[in-house]
Amino acid sequence: MRAIADVVEKFNIPAVKCTGGQRIDMLGVKKQDLPAVWADLNKAGMVSGAAYAKGLRTVKTCVGTDWCRFGTQDSTGLGVKLEKFLWGSWTPAKLKLAVSGCPRNCAEATCKDIGVICVESGYDIHFAGAAGLDIKGTEVLGHVTTEDDAIEVIAALTQLYREQGRYLERVYKWAKRVGFGTVRKQIMDDVERRKGLYARFVQSQRFAQIDPWAERVGGKDAHEFAPIADLTVKEAAE
Amino acid sequence: MNTPAPRWVDIGALDAIPVRGARVVRSTAGCVAVFRTAQSEIYAIDDACPHKAGPLSQGIVHDRSVTCPLHNWVISLETGTAQGADKGQVRTYALKIEAGRILLDVAGLDFAKVA
Repeated sequence: MRAIADVVEKFNIPAVKCTGGQRIDMLGVKKQDLPAVWADLNKAGMVSGAAYAKGLRTVKTCVGTDWCRFGTQDSTGLGVKLEKFLWGSWTPAKLKLAVSGCPRNCAEATCKDIGVICVESGYDIHFAGAAGLDIKGTEVLGHVTTEDDAIEVIAALTQLYREQGRYLERVYKWAKRVGFGTVRKQIMDDVERRKGLYARFVQSQRFAQIDPWAERVGGKDAHEFAPIADLTVKEAAE
Repeated sequence: MNTPAPRWVDIGALDAIPVRGARVVRSTAGCVAVFRTAQSEIYAIDDACPHKAGPLSQGIVHDRSVTCPLHNWVISLETGTAQGADKGQVRTYALKIEAGRILLDVAGLDFAKVA
């Protein structure tokens, strides 16, 4: 928060707001300032939030057991683990996740591409929700008892979607096309299939977690951020 | 109306513009986008879409056209006119290449008339 505030003041950024996915928007940065803004945010340990990507967006969470009397699991902890594991992955269309610590569902997990509802006995995993051009509640994928299993199921589901989904086809459209039952069978019933999908996702993540901010701070696409010529200087001279 | 005599200004090397990309020339009369096509032809037009002033220099270049990044209007680099059903036109500017350097005719830019 402090690093973001420092950057906002330093570059005179006109608008700052919270996003629906619990990120902080910094709006109206001048394009020529972007590499310097990214450098400062990188230095504070942040990477691009990929809010433009056909890939993992945010994992929204509620506060979970630490701070809520209703919480059944550490939903924030699971959200952080999921985001650290999945960030940088590319998918056919954007992929939004949420983890709610109890069925009251403060993180609104049941309208996400993949949602987790924590319960006393473990984790209910949902998928194929939508809250944009279309609005649709999620379908239940299945129930697991441990956090590690939840992460494996979510990564396997993501990989299955990546292998079968068409470009621009959100999870809910893909799942409708191939059948919710088919997806459930491949992830929850066919353990071999799930392990294989998970292994392929893990393998691809070794090459995927590249921060586009750091690349451009390092000089990539530098021509994008500066004019080829500035005639206003020449004009002033005349 | 008289056409002003050309005034050529060196704006940089051809190699400074990526193929199928663009760079911006800043002037007090607004920004001019200088494009380089896949065949390394160069074109200069106003860097503001006639629709909602989108930055055409950040659009996708295809054949001798650019698609505006804001709302997908397609603008001809040769004539500056909007293609298809869309109506509108941006100004075009003359360019030439000499010894790998790009020269832009700034006579059409407003400041040049005043100067």
